[in-house]
Amino acid sequence: MAGHATKEIDAATLWGGKVSPFSTSYGKLMMWFFLVSDALTFGGLLVAYGFVRHDAQDAWPIGEETFNSLPFLGHGYPLVYVALMTFILIVSSVTMVLAVEAGHRMDRKGVTKWMIATIIGGFFFVGSQAWEWYHFIHGSEFGKIELADGSQAVVSGHFGEIENFVVTEAGHHHKKGEVIKEDLMHTFQHAAVAGHIENGIIELHDGSKAKITKKNDEHLTLIVKKAGAKYKLNDRIKDSKAAKEYYSALYSGTANRVIYGANLEQNEYGPQQYGQFFFFITGFHGFHVFSGVIINIIILIGVILGTYHKRGHYEMVEKTGLYWHFVDLVWVFVFTFFYLV
Amino acid sequence: MLRDDVIEYSLDGHHSEEAGKKIRAKIWKVTALLTAITLVEVLLGVYIKQGSGLWPFVKWTFIALTLLKAAYIVLIFMHLGDEKKSLKYIVLVPYFLFMLYLIFIALMEALAVGDAWATYGG
Repeated sequence: MAGHATKEIDAATLWGGKVSPFSTSYGKLMMWFFLVSDALTFGGLLVAYGFVRHDAQDAWPIGEETFNSLPFLGHGYPLVYVALMTFILIVSSVTMVLAVEAGHRMDRKGVTKWMIATIIGGFFFVGSQAWEWYHFIHGSEFGKIELADGSQAVVSGHFGEIENFVVTEAGHHHKKGEVIKEDLMHTFQHAAVAGHIENGIIELHDGSKAKITKKNDEHLTLIVKKAGAKYKLNDRIKDSKAAKEYYSALYSGTANRVIYGANLEQNEYGPQQYGQFFFFITGFHGFHVFSGVIINIIILIGVILGTYHKRGHYEMVEKTGLYWHFVDLVWVFVFTFFYLV
Repeated sequence: MLRDDVIEYSLDGHHSEEAGKKIRAKIWKVTALLTAITLVEVLLGVYIKQGSGLWPFVKWTFIALTLLKAAYIVLIFMHLGDEKKSLKYIVLVPYFLFMLYLIFIALMEALAVGDAWATYGG
């Protein structure tokens, strides 16, 4: 098996130079040392995240509430997408270890096949992460709202579609009576953040005013994340009362009552640091996955050209394999501490 | 450049067809196990909400399962279990000592800082 010493060596010779006391090649040993240092970096980041979470005064976001979307299917699928990402990365780790195994048998075709599978898995993971970032930045249709009593709440439920804006007061561009049907959601959210909606009347960019026609929301629930004068932390406000509280705040005509999605200063999910740690830790991990894919491609070219076959061993595949498994290992921890716990 | 005083450890990794079969069987077994663990984690996460009575138990189950997954990845996939003991421990022991210390000190400090904010305000 990999790394086993084939010869018995007495201690004096073993520690007296020339041979490695670890019975392993220089390259592999250095890869292990690098991985230990990289593991310390990620360990430090996750501990810093734990620190901020433990001293946070506001409610920390809950994974299954924050990450509950699937591509093409919308909301309502808690954790399924990250579980899928985890599965993709585990599978690509398996194909990598199979490539290493094939290398130990000097099976060049096998190494090529499994390396290609690993690279495809890596691209899938990076793509998934891009989608998740897009979704995280874009946010939900409701956003996080500051209610009349000063409390802050996130919203779950189904957002009733906006059908159109009917212009009631002409501006530079739109005439009275005109029915606007394009770019509704985008315009609506911008106006809501800027405080340009009052009592169901939206003020558009050109100064015209329009009445919003919108279907009713379903299963509306407000979950209080920051206590105010009236509502306590983790209070749940439901149905018609929720709609009344939500829309009186959203249509209050004051700016910055609602936050959609996330940027580096604020996010709708929780404290400011939550978004920053999300971007930094998953971003740093994603960067590792991306560089891992690039390294794998370089090694794959070497395999196809026969460089390692001529050398008599496929240790380069084993070394990149170590790095690739490490990336999977880090994700296992990120998955637990960001999404589950 | 081959020197007779340098031992080519890289060649030690080679194994036969039969040994390969056994190793592959082990890899697939570990794959099934890792997938099963992830599935259990997701189901627990979906069905048991934070704040419920079972939550503290579930939380520690998550952490235990994570360490189990990590152990399989490091010892089987990264072959650290097959390396010499000296290599295994030089990687694992310093790391665990340092991380346990860091986790302890950081979380204790965080709780104290949190209390200070709660008591004296921002």
